[in-house]
Amino acid sequence: MAPHLGFLGGFKLTLEHLTRPRVTSQYPDEKRPKQPRQHGRHVLGRYEDGMEKCIGCELCAGVCPADCIYVRGLDNPPDHPVSPGERYGYVYEINYLRCIHCDLCVEACPTEAITETKLFEFSFTNRSDAIYTKRELLVGDDGRPQHLPWEDWRPGDDRFTSGWMRATSPSGAADYEGRVQWSGELGYGVRAPEGGQSGRRDDEATGTKALRATMEAHLLDVDIPFAHRGMRGRLWRAQLSASRAKAKLADRRAARRPAAQEATTPTGAPGA
Amino acid sequence: MITGALFGLDPLFAPGLHWVELLIVVVRVLVAFGVLLVTVMLMIWFERKVISDMQSRIGPNRAGPWGLLQTLADGIKLFFKEDLLPERADRFVFKLAPYLALLPALLIFTVVPVGGMLTIAGHRFELQVVDPPIGILLVLAMSSVSVYGVMLAGWSSGSKYPLLGSVRASAQMISYEAALGLTVVAVVLTSGSLSTRAIVASQAHGFWDWNVIRLGFVPFFLFLIAITAELNRPPFDLVEADSELVGGFNTEYSSIRFALFYLAEFMNTISMSAVVVTLFFGGPDGPIPRFIPTSDIWMPIVWFSVKTLAFLFLYVWFRAALPRLRYDQLMDVGWKALIPLSLGWLILVAAVLVWHWWGLFVGVGELALGLLLARAFKVGGRRSGEHNLGGAMPEGTR
Repeated sequence: MAPHLGFLGGFKLTLEHLTRPRVTSQYPDEKRPKQPRQHGRHVLGRYEDGMEKCIGCELCAGVCPADCIYVRGLDNPPDHPVSPGERYGYVYEINYLRCIHCDLCVEACPTEAITETKLFEFSFTNRSDAIYTKRELLVGDDGRPQHLPWEDWRPGDDRFTSGWMRATSPSGAADYEGRVQWSGELGYGVRAPEGGQSGRRDDEATGTKALRATMEAHLLDVDIPFAHRGMRGRLWRAQLSASRAKAKLADRRAARRPAAQEATTPTGAPGA
Repeated sequence: MITGALFGLDPLFAPGLHWVELLIVVVRVLVAFGVLLVTVMLMIWFERKVISDMQSRIGPNRAGPWGLLQTLADGIKLFFKEDLLPERADRFVFKLAPYLALLPALLIFTVVPVGGMLTIAGHRFELQVVDPPIGILLVLAMSSVSVYGVMLAGWSSGSKYPLLGSVRASAQMISYEAALGLTVVAVVLTSGSLSTRAIVASQAHGFWDWNVIRLGFVPFFLFLIAITAELNRPPFDLVEADSELVGGFNTEYSSIRFALFYLAEFMNTISMSAVVVTLFFGGPDGPIPRFIPTSDIWMPIVWFSVKTLAFLFLYVWFRAALPRLRYDQLMDVGWKALIPLSLGWLILVAAVLVWHWWGLFVGVGELALGLLLARAFKVGGRRSGEHNLGGAMPEGTR
């Protein structure tokens, strides 16, 4: 609750705001850290051996409230199976003009084949482009989501995707908080669990930046943790931003490294 | 001579007029017009930038360096937009209104002295477009005319929100006009002239002679509040009141006509800031005495600009800091505070000018009268609350 402002209080507050850092980020030029459970577009995942996770069970299509998923399964060819199961997803289409990003498909999926990334910046100029087929949804041979020409994403944007799966604990039981209950992914290995409510959080591993941290400079003094106030807080913020900048720089360097070199490193997480 | 033929009918120009003098007049008009337009452009940018700074935003920063050309971009965009004319509008008045709003804003600025004297080719002239002997009356007249722009715009739109906006406009501007006029009279009393240049000259002995100090601050504050209301700027922007009346009087306007209203609003802001500086802050006079009578050209202009800019910032600050007044609060402030105060102060100033002791007598008398008046307002407010007569708000909410 904000303290009571007198007649002149408003003048003082507005003047103070002149010196505070800006909340706005220069969006197309720089992106804000995404929230840990942001729902973006889907990917069809693959196991670390390259097999597709989808078994063509159509549970996702059945659960979809917007009726935007169309799946057809087919028996795996015995000589070169596509998925480890009996069947695989032969046709897989998602219509993004209908999708409401509720993630019920992700919950329904028995093999964690379909997950949502945090990539949301895509726009099309015709309706047929809005229908993502298996060709677009399936992750590439390096395990990364495919960068389609009409999508705006940059090096590092894919690093902490498919976050929703990581957040789920079986039946929501608190005992499982922080425990990994999911299979590994091609290219990324086993994803780190999301920081829960018990305070055991590893923000660097999960790519989480709490909204509170983003907004901290704009909060009133009473709302800021004691350790983050005043000079000490400034120092802490400076250290934090320095470490972030360092990570960003490392990302850029990794992106600039020739692809051939990356291919030789066996299970190195791309972009890490 | 050509000019002699041109002005032959006017006895004032019987001796004839040199063509250089005519040229100087034309150049002054054009320069003032150009400078004012550019200033409006920068003012709109300034307002948007400062208000976004005060709200921890960034503000326009795409068009040009630091977004300086944003206003130009908006203007060009508005110019090419479709010009809608509502079916039930009074066509002629609807088209006339934007110009009625814009012209007074331009004309007010013409009487504002922006600098000292300048001599070019043997012709000595003041740095202001005109210096009519009735200068400050022209300001008052024009600020009254600009009410018509707003009022007619709302009335001719043939739509309910603009009509409400224009009803508010007429009531608000007429109530505050009185206080505005009375404070100006106090200035005129001390300066002894209606001419803006003479008013500035009478304050040119140092900052202790500025009217803001000479008149004891009160008329300045009253004037500031009155012109804020006159300009329809927040916290007195009931005429536009986006959150209540969509856009108020300009709801039905689009395209370049809307741009004209926008232009007029900001031009009025600049002109009125300049008028405050002229009336109360010595105009182009610096805080260090003896700036105007010297031949120095630039310093007075700089001082004038700095002072005007300070007031422009103040308006933006008002907008960021103060919420809009309710309609009855607006009327209360206008009629129960501003008008009695400005009238009382005017009488006090007049009395002091005649004789110190008169000042004391009148001051004591006014204090007693003021207390009685305050009591009357209080009792009246309570009664109207009890019987719900007129007063919209129940007791205790005022």
